[in-house]
Amino acid sequence: MNEILTQSVFFGMFLTLACFEIGLWVKKKAKIAIANPLLVAVILIVAVLTLFHIDYENYKKGADYIQYFLTPATVSLAVPLYRQLSYLKKYPLAIIGGIAAGVLTAMGSIFLLSMAFGLNHEQYVTLLPKSITTAIGMGISDKMGGMAAITVIAISVTGITGTILAEAVCKLFGIREPVAKGLAIGTSAHALGTSKAMEIGEVEGAMSSLSIVVAGIMTVMSVPLFATLIQ
Amino acid sequence: MKFLRQIAIIMGISFLAELLEALIPLPIAASMYGLVLMLLGLVTKLIPLEKVEGAADFLIEIMPLLFVPPTVSVIANLEALKSILVPLLVICISTTILIMAVTGRTAQSLMRIGRSGGEKQESRTVDCGKNKMKNKLATGEEEKTDE
Repeated sequence: MNEILTQSVFFGMFLTLACFEIGLWVKKKAKIAIANPLLVAVILIVAVLTLFHIDYENYKKGADYIQYFLTPATVSLAVPLYRQLSYLKKYPLAIIGGIAAGVLTAMGSIFLLSMAFGLNHEQYVTLLPKSITTAIGMGISDKMGGMAAITVIAISVTGITGTILAEAVCKLFGIREPVAKGLAIGTSAHALGTSKAMEIGEVEGAMSSLSIVVAGIMTVMSVPLFATLIQ
Repeated sequence: MKFLRQIAIIMGISFLAELLEALIPLPIAASMYGLVLMLLGLVTKLIPLEKVEGAADFLIEIMPLLFVPPTVSVIANLEALKSILVPLLVICISTTILIMAVTGRTAQSLMRIGRSGGEKQESRTVDCGKNKMKNKLATGEEEKTDE
């Protein structure tokens, strides 16, 4: 089985698309937040690979082609950002202040919880950039001596959590302003949350994509400082 | 063919961004440089919005799909993950909620302060119930969970 698959580029691609398609179908049928297409797709793919004893490398071969589009897709976030630029001019204080508060909360709370769990330096810096987009987070983790692959997983778990809980959290904490909602979702759940914010509304989506960039930059600046806290 | 040209522009910027990533010694990935480049292009009208719009919207729409392969990489890193799985889940889930709440509340408070200070027209929110009166007072925000 694996012999044929090592030659195949389309196996990984097809499996990814098919499982995601099933994820979309489940979401439509189930109408509950936990039925997230990404989550469903990942569980199905892992199940298929395990069940048929298919090497991860053979899946990765085709799936990589899908992952490559992550960069142009992130670049594309500039488009909704541009459409909503007037908001940035209108609320510069709220945007910078809100995101800064979020980034500091991220650093502080990850530090405290890592202490509580007794994590070592490597594990701590692996989780530190988990709220920002994979594009930046992986780089930081790697540079600080973390495990970049685990950071990617942490980033995905964060993104899925944010996507599933976005509406509930905003409701619970009385976050009603579309601008504030977008900032909250983008700062806490990066690009993945942004696709959810896009669904809620154009303003939310734009603010969320703005947050990815600003929170990313703020995190790049603050991680080296916080990283020294656990040696 | 129009769509193809839009993709070409986005790919071109992504490539430029990769060059920047290689040249600038910061832990920032290409996509962030690309995002900034694209935004600059749009703002300066060097790249007209309609020349990238369709393809960009498509790529954004399929974004969750693009996260599937990196997440599946979990099975390739099972050993390293095992030792950290519980803290990872607890930390990721709890802090995400916390960060979302803090960012949203802070931004919302700052917006309302700004609004009651300067131009206080056009409040796009549906300030239902109790909060209606407080909107005028810039203070109305401190009580954290008022419902």
